[in-house]
Amino acid sequence: MVVRVAIPSKGRLLRATLDWLSGRGFQFKKLESERRYEISTDSVKGLDFVLLPAAEIPRELATGRIHFGVTGTDLIYEKLPRHSTEVIEKKRLGFGLATLVIAVPCFWIDVDTLDDLDAVAADFRERHNMRLRVATKYHHLTRTFLGRAGVADYALVDSQGSTEGAIKNELADVISDITSTGETLRQNHLKILSDGIILKSQATLWESCKAEYSQGDRETQAAFLTKLIGIEY
Amino acid sequence: MLTPVRAFPEVIRLQQPMIAAGALPIDISVLQSAELFLDLYGEDIRGRTYTTFDPFRGEQMLRPDFTVPVAEHHMTTAAGAHRYTYAGSVFRRPEQDGWRQREFVQVGYEVFNVVDTVAADIEVFALFGEILAPFDLRRKTGDMSIVMAAVQGLSISDGRKSALMRHIWRPQRFRALMDRYAGRTPVPASQRQLMGDSTDWHLFPEFGVRRREDVHRRIARLREDFRGPQIPPDEFNSLEALLEIRTTMPQAIEQLTIIADDLPAIKPAVDRLTRRRDGLVARGVTVSSIEFEVCYGRTQMEYYDGFVFGFLSDDHPRWPPVSTGGRYDALTKRLGRGTECPAVGGVILSDLIGQLS
Repeated sequence: MVVRVAIPSKGRLLRATLDWLSGRGFQFKKLESERRYEISTDSVKGLDFVLLPAAEIPRELATGRIHFGVTGTDLIYEKLPRHSTEVIEKKRLGFGLATLVIAVPCFWIDVDTLDDLDAVAADFRERHNMRLRVATKYHHLTRTFLGRAGVADYALVDSQGSTEGAIKNELADVISDITSTGETLRQNHLKILSDGIILKSQATLWESCKAEYSQGDRETQAAFLTKLIGIEY
Repeated sequence: MLTPVRAFPEVIRLQQPMIAAGALPIDISVLQSAELFLDLYGEDIRGRTYTTFDPFRGEQMLRPDFTVPVAEHHMTTAAGAHRYTYAGSVFRRPEQDGWRQREFVQVGYEVFNVVDTVAADIEVFALFGEILAPFDLRRKTGDMSIVMAAVQGLSISDGRKSALMRHIWRPQRFRALMDRYAGRTPVPASQRQLMGDSTDWHLFPEFGVRRREDVHRRIARLREDFRGPQIPPDEFNSLEALLEIRTTMPQAIEQLTIIADDLPAIKPAVDRLTRRRDGLVARGVTVSSIEFEVCYGRTQMEYYDGFVFGFLSDDHPRWPPVSTGGRYDALTKRLGRGTECPAVGGVILSDLIGQLS
Protein backbone atom coordinates (compact mmCIF):
# COMPACT_ATOMS: atom_id res chain seq x y z
CA MET A 1 0.00 0.00 0.00
CA VAL A 2 0.93 3.65 -0.13
CA VAL A 3 0.41 6.72 2.00
CA ARG A 4 -1.66 9.19 -0.01
CA VAL A 5 -1.11 12.92 0.38
CA ALA A 6 -3.48 15.40 -1.28
CA ILE A 7 -2.38 18.89 -2.17
CA PRO A 8 -4.47 21.70 -3.70
CA SER A 9 -4.68 21.24 -7.46
CA LYS A 10 -4.28 24.80 -8.68
CA GLY A 11 -3.51 28.45 -8.13
CA ARG A 12 -1.51 30.17 -5.45
CA LEU A 13 -2.20 27.46 -2.92
CA LEU A 14 -0.63 24.83 -5.21
CA ARG A 15 2.48 26.94 -5.84
CA ALA A 16 2.92 27.77 -2.15
CA THR A 17 2.50 24.10 -1.20
CA LEU A 18 5.08 23.01 -3.81
CA ASP A 19 7.49 25.68 -2.50
CA TRP A 20 6.99 24.47 1.03
CA LEU A 21 7.56 20.85 0.02
CA SER A 22 10.67 21.67 -1.98
CA GLY A 23 12.06 23.55 1.01
CA ARG A 24 11.88 20.24 2.86
CA GLY A 25 13.70 18.15 0.32
CA PHE A 26 10.93 17.07 -2.02
CA GLN A 27 11.48 17.29 -5.76
CA PHE A 28 8.62 17.80 -8.16
CA LYS A 29 8.37 17.94 -11.89
CA LYS A 30 5.46 18.97 -13.99
CA LEU A 31 4.17 16.35 -16.39
CA GLU A 32 2.79 18.55 -19.18
CA SER A 33 0.96 15.81 -20.98
CA GLU A 34 -1.04 14.74 -17.95
CA ARG A 35 -1.34 18.23 -16.44
CA ARG A 36 -0.12 16.96 -13.15
CA TYR A 37 2.93 16.95 -10.94
CA GLU A 38 5.12 14.10 -9.88
CA ILE A 39 6.47 14.70 -6.43
CA SER A 40 9.13 12.54 -4.88
CA THR A 41 11.94 12.41 -2.41
CA ASP A 42 14.80 10.01 -2.07
CA SER A 43 14.53 9.50 1.65
CA VAL A 44 10.84 8.58 1.92
CA LYS A 45 9.42 5.71 -0.11
CA GLY A 46 5.79 4.75 -0.50
CA LEU A 47 4.26 8.23 -0.75
CA ASP A 48 1.71 9.06 -3.42
CA PHE A 49 0.89 12.73 -3.98
CA VAL A 50 -2.50 13.50 -5.51
CA LEU A 51 -3.77 16.86 -6.68
CA LEU A 52 -7.32 17.65 -5.60
CA PRO A 53 -9.43 20.83 -5.53
CA ALA A 54 -8.86 22.37 -2.07
CA ALA A 55 -12.61 22.22 -1.36
CA GLU A 56 -12.70 18.44 -1.91
CA ILE A 57 -9.78 17.62 0.37
CA PRO A 58 -11.82 17.82 3.63
CA ARG A 59 -14.30 15.21 2.39
CA GLU A 60 -11.53 12.87 1.22
CA LEU A 61 -9.82 13.16 4.61
CA ALA A 62 -13.08 12.41 6.39
CA THR A 63 -13.72 9.28 4.35
CA GLY A 64 -10.11 8.16 4.80
CA ARG A 65 -9.40 7.80 1.08
CA ILE A 66 -6.35 9.96 1.66
CA HIS A 67 -4.02 9.90 4.67
CA PHE A 68 -2.83 13.52 4.59
CA GLY A 69 -4.08 16.68 2.97
CA VAL A 70 -3.10 20.32 2.68
CA THR A 71 -6.07 22.69 2.74
CA GLY A 72 -7.37 25.76 4.55
CA THR A 73 -8.81 25.81 8.07
CA ASP A 74 -11.87 27.54 6.62
CA LEU A 75 -12.69 24.61 4.34
CA ILE A 76 -12.14 21.99 7.05
CA TYR A 77 -14.36 23.85 9.55
CA GLU A 78 -17.02 24.54 6.93
CA LYS A 79 -17.23 21.08 5.40
CA LEU A 80 -16.60 18.95 8.50
CA PRO A 81 -18.74 20.16 11.42
CA ARG A 82 -17.27 17.29 13.47
CA HIS A 83 -13.71 17.99 12.32
CA SER A 84 -12.18 17.37 15.75
CA THR A 85 -13.12 13.68 15.47
CA GLU A 86 -12.33 13.34 11.76
CA VAL A 87 -8.99 15.04 11.18
CA ILE A 88 -5.89 15.94 13.19
CA GLU A 89 -4.19 19.26 12.64
CA LYS A 90 -0.50 18.38 12.06
CA LYS A 91 1.00 21.71 11.08
CA ARG A 92 -0.08 25.23 10.22
CA LEU A 93 1.88 26.16 7.14
CA GLY A 94 1.88 29.96 7.40
CA PHE A 95 0.58 30.64 3.89
CA GLY A 96 -2.85 30.88 2.34
CA LEU A 97 -3.72 33.36 5.11
CA ALA A 98 -7.34 34.46 4.91
CA THR A 99 -10.05 35.72 7.21
CA LEU A 100 -13.73 34.94 6.96
CA VAL A 101 -15.63 38.12 7.80
CA ILE A 102 -19.07 39.71 7.80
CA ALA A 103 -19.00 42.84 5.65
CA VAL A 104 -21.56 45.55 4.84
CA PRO A 105 -21.52 48.64 2.58
CA CYS A 106 -19.38 51.50 3.95
CA PHE A 107 -22.28 53.92 3.63
CA TRP A 108 -24.11 52.00 6.36
CA ILE A 109 -22.52 54.33 8.88
CA ASP A 110 -25.07 53.22 11.47
CA VAL A 111 -23.76 49.65 11.41
CA ASP A 112 -20.57 48.77 13.23
CA THR A 113 -21.39 45.66 15.29
CA LEU A 114 -23.45 42.48 15.07
CA ASP A 115 -25.94 44.14 17.42
CA ASP A 116 -26.42 46.85 14.82
CA LEU A 117 -26.78 44.22 12.12
CA ASP A 118 -29.49 42.49 14.14
CA ALA A 119 -31.40 45.76 14.58
CA VAL A 120 -31.06 46.53 10.87
CA ALA A 121 -32.29 43.04 9.99
CA ALA A 122 -35.52 43.72 11.91
CA ASP A 123 -35.97 47.15 10.26
CA PHE A 124 -35.21 45.71 6.86
CA ARG A 125 -37.81 43.01 7.13
CA GLU A 126 -40.44 45.50 8.17
CA ARG A 127 -39.59 47.95 5.45
CA HIS A 128 -38.76 45.73 2.48
CA ASN A 129 -40.94 42.77 3.42
CA MET A 130 -38.14 40.24 3.13
CA ARG A 131 -35.36 38.96 5.30
CA LEU A 132 -31.94 40.60 5.12
CA ARG A 133 -29.92 38.42 2.74
CA VAL A 134 -26.40 37.28 3.59
CA ALA A 135 -24.42 35.98 0.58
CA THR A 136 -21.78 33.35 1.29
CA LYS A 137 -20.35 30.01 0.32
CA TYR A 138 -19.60 29.31 4.00
CA HIS A 139 -23.13 28.37 5.06
CA HIS A 140 -22.31 26.33 8.13
CA LEU A 141 -19.74 28.73 9.61
CA THR A 142 -21.87 31.80 8.92
CA ARG A 143 -25.05 30.32 10.36
CA THR A 144 -23.25 29.13 13.50
CA PHE A 145 -21.52 32.48 14.00
CA LEU A 146 -24.65 34.59 13.52
CA GLY A 147 -26.68 32.17 15.63
CA ARG A 148 -24.28 32.52 18.56
CA ALA A 149 -24.35 36.29 18.19
CA GLY A 150 -28.15 36.23 18.42
CA VAL A 151 -28.72 37.47 14.86
CA ALA A 152 -31.70 35.47 13.62
CA ASP A 153 -33.81 37.38 11.17
CA TYR A 154 -31.81 36.89 7.98
CA ALA A 155 -31.65 34.56 4.97
CA LEU A 156 -28.54 32.86 3.63
CA VAL A 157 -28.02 33.22 -0.11
CA ASP A 158 -25.58 30.88 -1.78
CA SER A 159 -22.74 32.60 -3.60
CA GLN A 160 -19.92 30.47 -4.99
CA GLY A 161 -17.81 33.31 -6.37
CA SER A 162 -17.51 37.11 -6.74
CA THR A 163 -19.44 37.40 -3.50
CA GLU A 164 -18.19 40.96 -3.04
CA GLY A 165 -20.38 42.06 -5.96
CA ALA A 166 -23.57 40.49 -4.64
CA ILE A 167 -24.79 43.61 -2.84
CA LYS A 168 -24.28 45.91 -5.82
CA ASN A 169 -26.17 43.40 -7.94
CA GLU A 170 -28.95 43.42 -5.34
CA LEU A 171 -28.68 39.67 -4.89
CA ALA A 172 -27.79 40.17 -1.21
CA ASP A 173 -27.52 42.90 1.43
CA VAL A 174 -24.61 41.64 3.51
CA ILE A 175 -21.74 39.28 2.67
CA SER A 176 -19.80 36.69 4.61
CA ASP A 177 -16.62 36.14 2.64
CA ILE A 178 -12.93 35.37 2.75
CA THR A 179 -10.51 38.29 2.60
CA SER A 180 -6.73 38.38 2.83
CA THR A 181 -5.64 42.02 2.58
CA GLY A 182 -9.08 43.62 2.58
CA GLU A 183 -8.30 45.29 -0.73
CA THR A 184 -11.17 43.68 -2.65
CA LEU A 185 -13.59 44.74 0.08
CA ARG A 186 -12.31 48.32 -0.03
CA GLN A 187 -12.59 48.47 -3.82
CA ASN A 188 -16.20 47.41 -3.49
CA HIS A 189 -16.89 49.99 -0.74
CA LEU A 190 -17.46 47.32 1.88
CA LYS A 191 -16.35 47.36 5.51
CA ILE A 192 -15.86 44.57 8.06
CA LEU A 193 -18.00 44.70 11.21
CA SER A 194 -15.82 45.39 14.26
CA ASP A 195 -16.93 42.09 15.83
CA GLY A 196 -17.52 40.40 12.48
CA ILE A 197 -14.47 38.14 12.24
CA ILE A 198 -15.71 34.56 11.94
CA LEU A 199 -12.46 32.68 11.44
CA LYS A 200 -8.79 33.24 10.71
CA SER A 201 -7.66 30.59 8.29
CA GLN A 202 -4.39 29.36 6.82
CA ALA A 203 -3.15 26.42 4.77
CA THR A 204 -2.67 23.52 7.16
CA LEU A 205 -1.45 19.93 6.93
CA TRP A 206 -4.20 17.59 8.19
CA GLU A 207 -4.13 13.89 8.87
CA SER A 208 -7.19 11.72 8.44
CA CYS A 209 -8.41 9.88 11.54
CA LYS A 210 -9.97 7.22 9.39
CA ALA A 211 -7.34 6.30 6.77
CA GLU A 212 -5.89 2.86 7.28
CA TYR A 213 -2.20 2.12 7.46
CA SER A 214 -0.41 -1.15 6.80
CA GLN A 215 2.75 -1.94 8.75
CA GLY A 216 4.89 -0.55 5.94
CA ASP A 217 2.67 2.54 5.68
CA ARG A 218 3.31 3.31 9.33
CA GLU A 219 7.02 3.66 8.59
CA THR A 220 6.26 5.88 5.60
CA GLN A 221 3.90 7.99 7.75
CA ALA A 222 6.60 8.47 10.42
CA ALA A 223 9.30 9.31 7.89
CA PHE A 224 6.99 11.74 6.07
CA LEU A 225 6.06 13.61 9.24
CA THR A 226 9.65 13.74 10.45
CA LYS A 227 10.76 15.20 7.16
CA LEU A 228 7.93 17.73 6.94
CA ILE A 229 7.46 18.81 10.51
CA GLY A 230 10.85 17.97 11.89
CA ILE A 231 9.63 15.99 14.87
CA GLU A 232 10.61 12.38 15.46
CA TYR A 233 7.59 10.09 15.11
CA MET B 1 -44.50 -4.50 7.90
CA LEU B 2 -44.56 -0.96 9.25
CA THR B 3 -47.24 -0.05 11.74
CA PRO B 4 -49.01 3.27 11.13
CA VAL B 5 -48.28 5.70 13.94
CA ARG B 6 -51.93 6.02 14.87
CA ALA B 7 -52.21 2.31 15.49
CA PHE B 8 -49.67 2.36 18.32
CA PRO B 9 -51.56 1.59 21.52
CA GLU B 10 -49.99 4.53 23.47
CA VAL B 11 -50.88 6.91 20.69
CA ILE B 12 -54.48 5.73 20.68
CA ARG B 13 -54.66 5.97 24.46
CA LEU B 14 -53.26 9.51 24.41
CA GLN B 15 -55.38 10.73 21.54
CA GLN B 16 -58.70 9.27 22.65
CA PRO B 17 -59.38 11.91 25.34
CA MET B 18 -58.48 14.66 22.85
CA ILE B 19 -61.06 13.37 20.38
CA ALA B 20 -63.53 13.03 23.23
CA ALA B 21 -62.88 16.71 24.07
CA GLY B 22 -64.20 17.62 20.62
CA ALA B 23 -61.01 17.77 18.55
CA LEU B 24 -61.07 16.93 14.86
CA PRO B 25 -58.29 14.42 14.01
CA ILE B 26 -56.23 15.72 11.07
CA ASP B 27 -53.31 14.59 8.99
CA ILE B 28 -50.47 16.92 8.09
CA SER B 29 -47.96 16.19 5.33
CA VAL B 30 -44.52 15.09 6.47
CA LEU B 31 -42.98 17.30 3.78
CA GLN B 32 -43.49 20.98 4.48
CA SER B 33 -42.44 24.09 2.60
CA ALA B 34 -39.20 25.29 4.20
CA GLU B 35 -40.14 28.89 3.50
CA LEU B 36 -42.90 28.85 6.11
CA PHE B 37 -40.57 27.74 8.89
CA LEU B 38 -37.63 29.89 7.79
CA ASP B 39 -39.88 32.90 7.72
CA LEU B 40 -41.04 32.28 11.28
CA TYR B 41 -37.94 31.01 13.00
CA GLY B 42 -35.14 32.46 10.89
CA GLU B 43 -32.16 30.79 9.32
CA ASP B 44 -31.26 29.01 12.57
CA ILE B 45 -33.96 26.40 12.09
CA ARG B 46 -32.23 25.10 8.98
CA GLY B 47 -29.49 23.74 11.24
CA ARG B 48 -32.07 21.84 13.29
CA THR B 49 -34.15 20.37 10.48
CA TYR B 50 -33.77 18.01 7.57
CA THR B 51 -34.13 20.02 4.41
CA THR B 52 -34.31 18.81 0.87
CA PHE B 53 -34.83 20.39 -2.51
CA ASP B 54 -37.72 19.90 -4.85
CA PRO B 55 -37.07 21.39 -8.31
CA PHE B 56 -40.72 22.44 -8.65
CA ARG B 57 -41.75 23.37 -5.12
CA GLY B 58 -38.42 24.70 -3.87
CA GLU B 59 -36.88 23.85 -0.54
CA GLN B 60 -38.81 21.35 1.58
CA MET B 61 -38.43 20.30 5.20
CA LEU B 62 -39.33 17.18 7.12
CA ARG B 63 -41.85 18.72 9.52
CA PRO B 64 -40.04 19.98 12.62
CA ASP B 65 -43.37 20.49 14.41
CA PHE B 66 -47.11 20.22 13.86
CA THR B 67 -48.16 23.45 15.48
CA VAL B 68 -47.15 25.73 12.61
CA PRO B 69 -48.74 23.68 9.78
CA VAL B 70 -51.87 23.00 11.86
CA ALA B 71 -52.25 26.71 12.61
CA GLU B 72 -51.72 27.50 8.94
CA HIS B 73 -54.26 24.86 7.96
CA HIS B 74 -56.79 26.34 10.35
CA MET B 75 -56.23 29.88 9.13
CA THR B 76 -56.34 29.11 5.42
CA THR B 77 -59.23 26.66 5.31
CA ALA B 78 -61.69 28.30 7.71
CA ALA B 79 -63.35 24.90 8.02
CA GLY B 80 -65.24 25.92 11.09
CA ALA B 81 -63.47 23.53 13.46
CA HIS B 82 -61.87 25.06 16.53
CA ARG B 83 -60.13 22.02 17.99
CA TYR B 84 -57.72 19.69 16.22
CA THR B 85 -55.72 16.64 17.22
CA TYR B 86 -52.91 14.93 15.33
CA ALA B 87 -50.38 12.16 15.82
CA GLY B 88 -47.18 11.51 13.95
CA SER B 89 -43.45 11.97 13.76
CA VAL B 90 -41.57 15.21 13.87
CA PHE B 91 -37.92 15.33 12.84
CA ARG B 92 -35.04 17.17 14.47
CA ARG B 93 -31.54 17.17 13.13
CA PRO B 94 -29.12 17.16 16.07
CA GLU B 95 -26.77 20.13 16.19
CA GLN B 96 -24.22 18.25 18.21
CA ASP B 97 -23.44 14.59 18.52
CA GLY B 98 -24.65 13.25 21.87
CA TRP B 99 -28.46 13.35 21.62
CA ARG B 100 -29.22 10.48 19.30
CA GLN B 101 -32.94 10.70 18.69
CA ARG B 102 -33.98 12.28 15.40
CA GLU B 103 -37.60 11.29 15.16
CA PHE B 104 -40.19 11.87 17.86
CA VAL B 105 -43.79 10.75 17.79
CA GLN B 106 -45.98 13.62 18.96
CA VAL B 107 -49.63 13.52 19.89
CA GLY B 108 -51.09 17.01 19.98
CA TYR B 109 -54.15 19.11 20.63
CA GLU B 110 -54.69 22.68 19.42
CA VAL B 111 -57.55 25.09 20.16
CA PHE B 112 -58.24 28.11 17.96
CA ASN B 113 -60.52 31.11 18.09
CA VAL B 114 -61.84 30.66 21.61
CA VAL B 115 -62.36 34.28 22.61
CA ASP B 116 -62.22 33.55 26.34
CA THR B 117 -58.49 32.86 26.26
CA VAL B 118 -58.25 32.06 29.97
CA ALA B 119 -60.93 29.38 29.58
CA ALA B 120 -59.02 27.89 26.62
CA ASP B 121 -55.74 27.87 28.60
CA ILE B 122 -57.50 26.04 31.44
CA GLU B 123 -59.11 23.57 29.04
CA VAL B 124 -55.78 22.58 27.46
CA PHE B 125 -53.75 22.39 30.67
CA ALA B 126 -56.45 20.46 32.55
CA LEU B 127 -56.88 18.03 29.65
CA PHE B 128 -53.14 17.34 29.46
CA GLY B 129 -53.03 17.01 33.25
CA GLU B 130 -55.77 14.38 33.13
CA ILE B 131 -54.12 12.42 30.30
CA LEU B 132 -50.73 12.50 32.04
CA ALA B 133 -52.02 11.92 35.57
CA PRO B 134 -50.87 8.25 35.74
CA PHE B 135 -47.21 9.18 35.17
CA ASP B 136 -46.35 11.28 38.22
CA LEU B 137 -44.85 14.23 36.31
CA ARG B 138 -43.73 17.60 37.62
CA ARG B 139 -45.83 20.46 36.25
CA LYS B 140 -44.10 23.66 35.30
CA THR B 141 -45.78 26.80 33.95
CA GLY B 142 -44.89 30.32 32.91
CA ASP B 143 -46.30 33.38 31.18
CA MET B 144 -44.20 35.70 29.03
CA SER B 145 -47.17 38.06 28.54
CA ILE B 146 -46.39 39.39 32.02
CA VAL B 147 -42.87 40.40 30.91
CA MET B 148 -44.26 41.92 27.71
CA ALA B 149 -46.80 43.95 29.68
CA ALA B 150 -44.03 45.13 32.03
CA VAL B 151 -41.93 46.32 29.09
CA GLN B 152 -44.87 48.16 27.57
CA GLY B 153 -45.45 49.87 30.89
CA LEU B 154 -41.91 51.24 31.31
CA SER B 155 -41.51 55.04 31.26
CA ILE B 156 -39.25 55.03 28.18
CA SER B 157 -39.58 55.86 24.48
CA ASP B 158 -41.51 53.60 22.11
CA GLY B 159 -38.27 52.96 20.21
CA ARG B 160 -36.63 51.56 23.32
CA LYS B 161 -39.70 49.51 24.17
CA SER B 162 -39.75 47.91 20.75
CA ALA B 163 -36.03 47.14 20.97
CA LEU B 164 -36.60 45.40 24.31
CA MET B 165 -39.60 43.54 22.85
CA ARG B 166 -37.50 42.34 19.94
CA HIS B 167 -34.97 40.82 22.31
CA ILE B 168 -37.50 39.38 24.70
CA TRP B 169 -36.72 35.78 23.66
CA ARG B 170 -32.96 36.23 24.14
CA PRO B 171 -32.29 36.67 27.87
CA GLN B 172 -28.70 37.93 27.58
CA ARG B 173 -29.41 40.51 24.89
CA PHE B 174 -32.51 41.62 26.76
CA ARG B 175 -30.55 42.05 29.97
CA ALA B 176 -27.77 43.99 28.22
CA LEU B 177 -30.34 46.35 26.72
CA MET B 178 -32.13 46.74 30.05
CA ASP B 179 -28.84 47.76 31.69
CA ARG B 180 -28.07 50.20 28.91
CA TYR B 181 -31.52 51.81 28.97
CA ALA B 182 -31.22 52.22 32.73
CA GLY B 183 -27.89 54.03 32.29
CA ARG B 184 -26.00 51.26 34.05
CA THR B 185 -23.75 50.51 31.09
CA PRO B 186 -22.46 53.06 28.57
CA VAL B 187 -23.74 53.47 25.02
CA PRO B 188 -21.32 51.68 22.64
CA ALA B 189 -18.69 54.04 21.23
CA SER B 190 -19.78 53.42 17.65
CA GLN B 191 -23.33 54.53 18.45
CA ARG B 192 -22.16 57.51 20.50
CA GLN B 193 -20.30 58.74 17.44
CA LEU B 194 -23.56 58.90 15.54
CA MET B 195 -24.95 61.32 18.07
CA GLY B 196 -22.66 64.11 16.88
CA ASP B 197 -22.96 65.94 13.56
CA SER B 198 -21.40 63.58 11.05
CA THR B 199 -19.73 65.17 8.08
CA ASP B 200 -18.98 61.94 6.28
CA TRP B 201 -22.57 61.00 5.48
CA HIS B 202 -22.04 61.28 1.75
CA LEU B 203 -18.46 60.10 1.45
CA PHE B 204 -19.40 56.56 0.46
CA PRO B 205 -21.37 55.52 -2.60
CA GLU B 206 -24.87 54.18 -2.10
CA PHE B 207 -25.77 50.73 -3.49
CA GLY B 208 -27.88 47.70 -2.69
CA VAL B 209 -31.47 47.33 -1.56
CA ARG B 210 -31.00 49.05 1.79
CA ARG B 211 -30.89 52.75 0.90
CA ARG B 212 -29.23 55.79 2.41
CA GLU B 213 -32.62 56.96 3.67
CA ASP B 214 -32.88 53.73 5.69
CA VAL B 215 -29.54 54.58 7.28
CA HIS B 216 -30.66 58.12 8.05
CA ARG B 217 -33.93 56.96 9.51
CA ARG B 218 -32.17 54.59 11.89
CA ILE B 219 -29.69 57.27 12.97
CA ALA B 220 -32.54 59.68 13.66
CA ARG B 221 -34.23 57.02 15.76
CA LEU B 222 -31.03 56.23 17.68
CA ARG B 223 -30.59 59.93 18.42
CA GLU B 224 -34.13 60.23 19.66
CA ASP B 225 -33.58 57.18 21.88
CA PHE B 226 -30.30 58.57 23.12
CA ARG B 227 -31.98 61.75 24.32
CA GLY B 228 -35.01 59.92 25.71
CA PRO B 229 -35.67 59.04 29.36
CA GLN B 230 -33.92 56.17 31.11
CA ILE B 231 -35.69 53.35 32.94
CA PRO B 232 -36.34 54.77 36.46
CA PRO B 233 -34.63 52.77 39.26
CA ASP B 234 -37.87 51.53 40.87
CA GLU B 235 -39.21 50.26 37.53
CA PHE B 236 -35.86 48.62 36.81
CA ASN B 237 -35.87 46.84 40.17
CA SER B 238 -39.46 45.68 39.71
CA LEU B 239 -38.72 44.32 36.24
CA GLU B 240 -35.65 42.55 37.57
CA ALA B 241 -37.63 40.99 40.44
CA LEU B 242 -40.37 39.91 38.06
CA LEU B 243 -37.95 38.17 35.70
CA GLU B 244 -36.57 36.12 38.58
CA ILE B 245 -39.85 34.72 39.91
CA ARG B 246 -39.57 30.94 40.27
CA THR B 247 -41.96 29.48 42.79
CA THR B 248 -45.37 27.83 42.96
CA MET B 249 -48.33 29.25 41.07
CA PRO B 250 -50.16 30.57 44.19
CA GLN B 251 -47.03 32.21 45.61
CA ALA B 252 -46.15 33.72 42.23
CA ILE B 253 -49.56 35.40 42.17
CA GLU B 254 -48.86 36.94 45.58
CA GLN B 255 -45.43 38.20 44.53
CA LEU B 256 -46.70 39.55 41.22
CA THR B 257 -49.56 41.36 42.95
CA ILE B 258 -46.98 43.24 45.04
CA ILE B 259 -44.83 44.04 41.99
CA ALA B 260 -47.94 45.30 40.18
CA ASP B 261 -48.11 48.19 42.66
CA ASP B 262 -44.95 49.58 41.08
CA LEU B 263 -45.66 48.31 37.56
CA PRO B 264 -49.43 48.74 37.15
CA ALA B 265 -49.17 47.78 33.47
CA ILE B 266 -48.86 44.11 34.42
CA LYS B 267 -52.19 44.09 36.32
CA PRO B 268 -54.31 42.68 33.46
CA ALA B 269 -51.75 39.90 32.86
CA VAL B 270 -51.63 39.07 36.58
CA ASP B 271 -55.45 39.06 36.66
CA ARG B 272 -55.44 36.51 33.83
CA LEU B 273 -53.02 34.36 35.79
CA THR B 274 -55.28 34.62 38.86
CA ARG B 275 -58.38 33.67 36.86
CA ARG B 276 -56.43 30.79 35.32
CA ARG B 277 -55.57 29.49 38.78
CA ASP B 278 -59.15 29.88 39.99
CA GLY B 279 -60.45 28.07 36.93
CA LEU B 280 -58.02 25.20 37.44
CA VAL B 281 -59.08 24.91 41.08
CA ALA B 282 -62.72 24.84 39.95
CA ARG B 283 -61.87 21.94 37.62
CA GLY B 284 -60.38 20.06 40.52
CA VAL B 285 -56.72 20.58 39.60
CA THR B 286 -54.31 20.79 42.54
CA VAL B 287 -52.51 24.10 41.96
CA SER B 288 -50.28 24.29 45.06
CA SER B 289 -47.70 22.00 43.46
CA ILE B 290 -47.72 23.64 40.03
CA GLU B 291 -44.42 25.43 39.56
CA PHE B 292 -44.46 28.89 38.03
CA GLU B 293 -41.50 30.62 36.45
CA VAL B 294 -42.40 33.85 34.62
CA CYS B 295 -39.80 33.18 31.91
CA TYR B 296 -40.34 29.41 31.58
CA GLY B 297 -39.64 28.28 28.02
CA ARG B 298 -38.22 31.67 27.13
CA THR B 299 -35.35 30.37 25.05
CA GLN B 300 -37.01 27.31 23.50
CA MET B 301 -40.56 28.42 22.88
CA GLU B 302 -40.36 31.58 20.82
CA TYR B 303 -43.83 32.70 19.71
CA TYR B 304 -45.38 31.32 22.88
CA ASP B 305 -46.41 34.72 24.14
CA GLY B 306 -48.72 33.80 27.00
CA PHE B 307 -49.39 30.84 29.24
CA VAL B 308 -46.89 27.99 28.70
CA PHE B 309 -46.54 24.63 30.39
CA GLY B 310 -44.30 21.59 30.56
CA PHE B 311 -44.62 18.16 32.18
CA LEU B 312 -41.26 16.80 33.33
CA SER B 313 -40.10 13.46 34.60
CA ASP B 314 -37.86 13.73 37.68
CA ASP B 315 -36.82 10.12 37.16
CA HIS B 316 -35.27 11.10 33.82
CA PRO B 317 -33.58 14.46 34.32
CA ARG B 318 -31.89 14.31 30.91
CA TRP B 319 -35.11 13.90 28.99
CA PRO B 320 -36.77 16.86 27.32
CA PRO B 321 -40.19 17.63 28.82
CA VAL B 322 -42.58 14.72 28.19
CA SER B 323 -45.19 17.29 27.19
CA THR B 324 -45.09 21.00 26.35
CA GLY B 325 -47.56 23.58 25.18
CA GLY B 326 -48.91 27.06 25.50
CA ARG B 327 -50.51 30.06 23.93
CA TYR B 328 -49.11 31.29 20.62
CA ASP B 329 -51.23 34.21 19.48
CA ALA B 330 -48.07 35.91 18.14
CA LEU B 331 -47.50 33.02 15.75
CA THR B 332 -50.98 33.11 14.28
CA LYS B 333 -50.68 36.88 13.91
CA ARG B 334 -47.52 36.38 11.90
CA LEU B 335 -49.05 33.54 9.84
CA GLY B 336 -52.24 35.45 9.25
CA ARG B 337 -50.39 38.58 8.08
CA GLY B 338 -52.56 40.87 10.14
CA THR B 339 -55.56 38.73 10.97
CA GLU B 340 -55.39 37.41 14.50
CA CYS B 341 -56.66 34.18 15.90
CA PRO B 342 -56.17 33.24 19.55
CA ALA B 343 -54.48 29.84 19.74
CA VAL B 344 -53.35 27.49 22.48
CA GLY B 345 -52.29 23.87 22.40
CA GLY B 346 -49.75 21.28 23.37
CA VAL B 347 -48.00 18.06 22.43
CA ILE B 348 -47.07 14.85 24.21
CA LEU B 349 -43.99 12.86 23.20
CA SER B 350 -45.54 9.44 23.05
CA ASP B 351 -42.20 7.56 22.84
CA LEU B 352 -41.34 8.86 26.29
CA ILE B 353 -44.79 7.93 27.61
CA GLY B 354 -44.19 4.47 26.18
CA GLN B 355 -41.00 4.22 28.25
CA LEU B 356 -42.74 5.45 31.39
CA SER B 357 -45.63 2.99 31.11
